[in-house]
Amino acid sequence: MKNRFVGAPVERVEDLRLITGKGRFTGDLRPDGSWTAHFLRSPYAHARWSKLDASSAKAMPGVHAVFSFDDLPAYLRDKPFPLLVPNPAIRQPLTFTTLANHEACYAGEPVAVIVADSRDIAEDAAELIFVDYEVLRVANDCRDAAKPDAPPAHLSSKDNVGAVMTFNIGDADKAIAEAPHKLHDSYFQHRGCGHAMEGRAVLAMHDPLNDRLSIWSAAQAPYMVRTVIGAMLRLDDTKLRVVAPDVGGGFGPKGIVYHEEVVVAWLAMALNHSVTWSEDRHEQSTATCQERDEYAEADVAFDDDGRVLAVKVLVIQDTGAYMPFGIITEWVGATTLPGPYVLPNYRMDMTIALTNKVPCSPLRGNGRPQAVFVMERLMDRIAQYLGKDRTAVRELNMIKPEQMPYKVGLTGRDNSPVTYDSGDYPGCQRMAVDQADYSTFEERQQQARKEGRYLGIGIGNVVEATGLGPHEGATVRVLSSGKIGVFTGAAAQGQGHATVLTQVAADAFGTEIDQIEVFAADTALFPNGVGTFASRVAVNAGSSVHNASAKLRDLVLQMAADQMGIPSEEIAIMPGKVKVKDEALVRIGEGKPIEIPLSQLLLMSNGVPGYTASGQGNPGLSATDYFRPTQATYSNATHVVELEVDVETGLVQLLRYIVGHDCGRVLNPLIVCGQIQGGVAHGIGNALYEYMDYDEHAQPQTNTLEEYLLPGVLDVPKVEIVQMESPTPLNPLGIKGAGESGTIPAAAAIISAIENALQPFDIKISRCPLQAEHIVEMIARSKVRSQEESLVKA
Amino acid sequence: MATTEIPLSKIENRETTRVVTLTVNGVRHSVETTTRTTLADFLREELRLTGTHIGCAHGVCGACTVMMDGQSIRSCLMFSVQAHGHDILTVEGLSKEGELSPLQACFRAHHALQCGYCTPGFLITLTDFLSHNPDPTEEEVRQALTGNLCRCTGYTNIIEAALDAAKRMRTNSEAAA
Repeated sequence: MKNRFVGAPVERVEDLRLITGKGRFTGDLRPDGSWTAHFLRSPYAHARWSKLDASSAKAMPGVHAVFSFDDLPAYLRDKPFPLLVPNPAIRQPLTFTTLANHEACYAGEPVAVIVADSRDIAEDAAELIFVDYEVLRVANDCRDAAKPDAPPAHLSSKDNVGAVMTFNIGDADKAIAEAPHKLHDSYFQHRGCGHAMEGRAVLAMHDPLNDRLSIWSAAQAPYMVRTVIGAMLRLDDTKLRVVAPDVGGGFGPKGIVYHEEVVVAWLAMALNHSVTWSEDRHEQSTATCQERDEYAEADVAFDDDGRVLAVKVLVIQDTGAYMPFGIITEWVGATTLPGPYVLPNYRMDMTIALTNKVPCSPLRGNGRPQAVFVMERLMDRIAQYLGKDRTAVRELNMIKPEQMPYKVGLTGRDNSPVTYDSGDYPGCQRMAVDQADYSTFEERQQQARKEGRYLGIGIGNVVEATGLGPHEGATVRVLSSGKIGVFTGAAAQGQGHATVLTQVAADAFGTEIDQIEVFAADTALFPNGVGTFASRVAVNAGSSVHNASAKLRDLVLQMAADQMGIPSEEIAIMPGKVKVKDEALVRIGEGKPIEIPLSQLLLMSNGVPGYTASGQGNPGLSATDYFRPTQATYSNATHVVELEVDVETGLVQLLRYIVGHDCGRVLNPLIVCGQIQGGVAHGIGNALYEYMDYDEHAQPQTNTLEEYLLPGVLDVPKVEIVQMESPTPLNPLGIKGAGESGTIPAAAAIISAIENALQPFDIKISRCPLQAEHIVEMIARSKVRSQEESLVKA
Repeated sequence: MATTEIPLSKIENRETTRVVTLTVNGVRHSVETTTRTTLADFLREELRLTGTHIGCAHGVCGACTVMMDGQSIRSCLMFSVQAHGHDILTVEGLSKEGELSPLQACFRAHHALQCGYCTPGFLITLTDFLSHNPDPTEEEVRQALTGNLCRCTGYTNIIEAALDAAKRMRTNSEAAA
């Protein structure tokens, strides 16, 4: 079957409603008369209380109810949320409780909920709730928190060690001891908040006619929302419908299930009234998960040529007050570190520390940017030490295409061995470096220096596990209109999944784009799904839609062949109908049609009441497929950035940004390039601006978009994207994920470039984000240092 | 904490209301609303025009941008009573008789939106900007958008859409002249 749409820059099917103001985001859905929930949140990072008095709040006109932990039914009090991704390494599987049980462990944890006519009234009422908080000592900096004598983040815990993990390839200690060259470096990284432009939001309605609870949530994984709400409210999935309608950005933090979803769902049942809740920006900063601090002590050993012999890393990571998604961020980071390089010996020891801060969840890249940062910084260090070119050291260490499939020697977070399936890492790097005019950069740098300007160039590589399991499925069926409906669990938060799945279905079934309608992320319309994370939807849902559409095509053609009395090869599928390719083939006059509308074919398939069914197979023209990947498929990218540092102000201007990229078969270049451009913007934020600050009391300090800086339109250059396609053998379309490779190596490349620009100051950079003030400080310190040195010499 | 000392009988909801009369997308509305309702909430909750989104509610992100009397403003930083007697244009009013404006069409053609949440604010900001500067440079478009945040797209396609829309509008007006 020739592809007409897969691979083409098809305009998005989602756009029309979104550019005309007709999108349906959760906060836009507000049934008449619905009530608004508002959460009273702990103002302290760690506090306990015995008394909570809400009588004044309850008495306020317009307030319908106030609930704190003690007011909840036993089934919401006696257990925390289920741990969605268990792992034996987790020592303290601390998941959320519905509301805080007399102890709050981060500033922002929900203490009580107020239901009122409007949010304004509910916020007024919240101010009238009296809580006799006793402020407790906090576990703050994760390095201190991990120590045995640290104040516990939870009074019930003996210590703050949430999990301990070790990852090994070969024998890193031995290899380092025997190596001719070794270097040590220390890194601090911080990734910050998701800050999707749409905050989280929930609407819950109980429908007494059907005895069904319906929930709309701005969620990445509506089926996980169903699982958790079902478990907490003890509702069978027949009594529960969860929909993720238009969702305004996800980026990871919307991929877990929160207090507000469970509480609002329960309120709708308990009060028998529709209840809505929408997060404000302050809550996005203090009540929505983040990815935060990581400290790494890294040792690298290498030979005279710069060939890496071993890497050993000791990591302490801050997971905040709970571990709602377990340790997948850390696991993914540890297994991503080797990247495109041959790494014969590797050891990572990781301690995951609980603190009194907002809990951790995956954030675009999910632990990978931190790992890539460490490995790429080490590559730069080796190059500096040996006086070699940074790209040459990298290429020397790279896995060659002929080594594919390549076993890294680690177990991935999907519990399968990390085995790179395909790709040409040296080729991708060369492609990016050529596009960046890397070979002539030194001339540009020297020229600029003469003008007192500081240019730098940096490089970063990633190999990313994408398309993780367990599965994503689709049913493709002929609708009564004759159009083709694609039903899938895979939710979208702006990635254009509906467009891509439309392209795949149109090609596999053999029809036009406008004949396909996608229905996604509604548990009432498709029974099973997983969610949108790990750049997995194109791979999993795309493959299942492809397979199901191809099956449906066969089904339709067979049915048509039976009706027309000719072989199915002689029949063409056209928009809304099937038609014989050569009319002479059909015996005119014997009542055999030359074309049949799909709507009529569907009726024939359903049969006539009381008559014997014609044809074979189940009634209804419908095919279902679940794609269960056997392992992850690995996309790769090389980022090269050229930038200028203003050494007076510390401001960094990105001059050129190049991404060499391989995500296998590209389904839609508009969408893939959009993912990369947007992903790079996120990485720029991580490198230069985004920092979720907490004070010495673990009190969040950057709670507005004035204090927490997102990259703006002046900060993000046009990314020059050069693609190569190494289709994976692991799925029918050869697809690899493309959602995160724009973000992952960005900070590593940018920091590398800044360090390169500041060579004259002899500065080594080992932190991220690197804000303007840090650059100014480092330059000032370097000047003092060189003055001191010249004094000593004098 | 003094709050428990307030006698329950004294606790009241001190909301006051006013009738706000204004024109939105050419339609005149007269609605009673609380005086503390922002224009953004008024459009969304009272008029059910939910195309205008609230991203930050403190005037930084620009998602709630609407036009008042031909000038783009932040509807989250204004009370609805301040819009009394004024003329408002929201994203729902950009396409005329079902036909997309050139800017809207270019947003689609250039993949200038992903999740679409911030998009109404960008469309209104640019509609205002292009009406004053029909032949802008890329730098001018970037300057015009410094008050709008987008987390998905990385901005480039938005800029290209704006430049293409300007070109299409110039061609259209030359054809008309």
